[in-house]
Amino acid sequence: MVFFGIAIAALVSSPGFAAVRESFFDLDFAGDSVGGIASHFWVNVKLFLICEVLILVVGLTVALTRASRAPVLAPLRILAVVYVDVLRGIPTVLLVLLLGFGVPALQLQGLTSDRTVWAGVALVLSYGAYVAEVFRAGIDSVHPSQIASAQALGLSQGETMRFVVVPQAVRRVIPPLLNDFISLQKDTALVSVLGIFDAVFYAQDYANYHFNYTPYVVVAAFFIALTIPTARFTDWLQARMRAREQAAAR
Amino acid sequence: MNAPLLQVRGLRKSYGERVVLADVDLSVYAGDVVCLIGSSGSGKSTLLRCLNLLEPIDDGTIHLDGREISDPLIDPREVRRQVGVVFQAYNLFPHLSVLDNCTLAPRRVHGLSRADAESAARELLMRFGLGDHVDHHPDRLSGGQQQRAALVRALCLRPSVLLLDEITAALDPELVGEVLALVRELAADDVTMVLATHEMAFARDVATTVCFLHEGRILESGPPSQLFGAPREERTRAFLSRVL
Ligand SMILES: Nc1ncnc2c1ncn2[C@@H]1O[C@H](COP(=O)(O)OP(=O)(O)O)[C@@H](O)[C@H]1O
Ligand SMILES: [Mg+2]
Repeated sequence: MVFFGIAIAALVSSPGFAAVRESFFDLDFAGDSVGGIASHFWVNVKLFLICEVLILVVGLTVALTRASRAPVLAPLRILAVVYVDVLRGIPTVLLVLLLGFGVPALQLQGLTSDRTVWAGVALVLSYGAYVAEVFRAGIDSVHPSQIASAQALGLSQGETMRFVVVPQAVRRVIPPLLNDFISLQKDTALVSVLGIFDAVFYAQDYANYHFNYTPYVVVAAFFIALTIPTARFTDWLQARMRAREQAAAR
Repeated sequence: MNAPLLQVRGLRKSYGERVVLADVDLSVYAGDVVCLIGSSGSGKSTLLRCLNLLEPIDDGTIHLDGREISDPLIDPREVRRQVGVVFQAYNLFPHLSVLDNCTLAPRRVHGLSRADAESAARELLMRFGLGDHVDHHPDRLSGGQQQRAALVRALCLRPSVLLLDEITAALDPELVGEVLALVRELAADDVTMVLATHEMAFARDVATTVCFLHEGRILESGPPSQLFGAPREERTRAFLSRVL
């Protein structure tokens, strides 16, 4: 609170504040742009919702491939490692640019040239690599004695993974996963670099036309409104899990 | 006499350079309760793990019901359906209820329907005093209750042999009795068991055969009256004088 007070005081007392107030906090422009931003924000929300599901599928598949032991899967394991290493190394914005402009330019038969789709693919590939690592950490955290007792009961390796390891791993990684999803919610704004009319690009367009930056502040408020519930939900889950672990350790 | 249910001949097992089991011969007949005793590190757990094919063996043979299960062509999962194990640290699955812990393998491995698996598991849980905890998760149970649930989980597969590895060693002393009482009940029902234990009084009472392991060898074995009453080997006497 004190920090916020000081920050606001510094902002208000700064020499350029009058000018900034006019170009960033103009109520008329805010009221005028909020409807358009809201309708274009739907693009961000939709991207997030669709990508989120696909990211979970990609992440878990890659993590399971890396955790597999079967010799026949060795080439796939190598592929999974390369995928994670490469995709985590590329800045997400570059991947969005490369796929969003690159793939449609190839003019390949049967592949859509819709840049929004390719932006989504870029987000899925980029976040899939992160989420795969989160799942892998969860899988590694399940104690070997759990695997031994599943095998002693006659479960195959696949059954052990499916019924014993993965359910425990998933429970443990829910909080870090939600954290990644908060970050994804914000990164849907990256599609604006392709000129896709999401809330950010709309705000940019509006700002350029009217020579006023207020819409940027409005979009920021929209993103905050989207991420705060997820953040509170993550806190709640973490608190509940901590309480449960303490009960178990008693 | 019939052929033994479980027969081990000349078993040898080493980890790298270190020989952990050597020249182990053991015959377990149906209804036997074989107790493995010996100081920590003598190879009791390793022997039990080998019997369940959780560890590969270097030499020797293991026959179950006349069939050689140490043959590398045998599917270990098929053996594990017949040989149940309970570990020292119960190892129940924390994300499943007690009932689901007990029905997972019968449903997935034996292909029982949910209804059949559940009614069989409920019956055993009731019988062993866990009727109130059927739907609880393991973390709600005491250590003794968890270990009894782990025993029921193993029994639900209707194994022909049950291997128990120091199942009371991790329990508070006041909880040991309830678990041993369950094992006694199983022994009275002629369940064939091989168990590693430090509970000498229990072994003397319940065992049909006691084997003393020393540095990976079965140094001496026989009925409890003989092994505890008139041990042949100097080392057995030394061990017993330390633990009795
Ligand atoms: N996975 C392993 N790798 C190497 N050595 C092991 C392993 N498991 C057990 N040992 C060794 O084998 C010996 C017998 O161990 P164990 O069978 O656990 O004895 P016990 O159950 O009688 O205490 C010990 O010396 C132990 O250090
Ligand atoms: Mg041991």
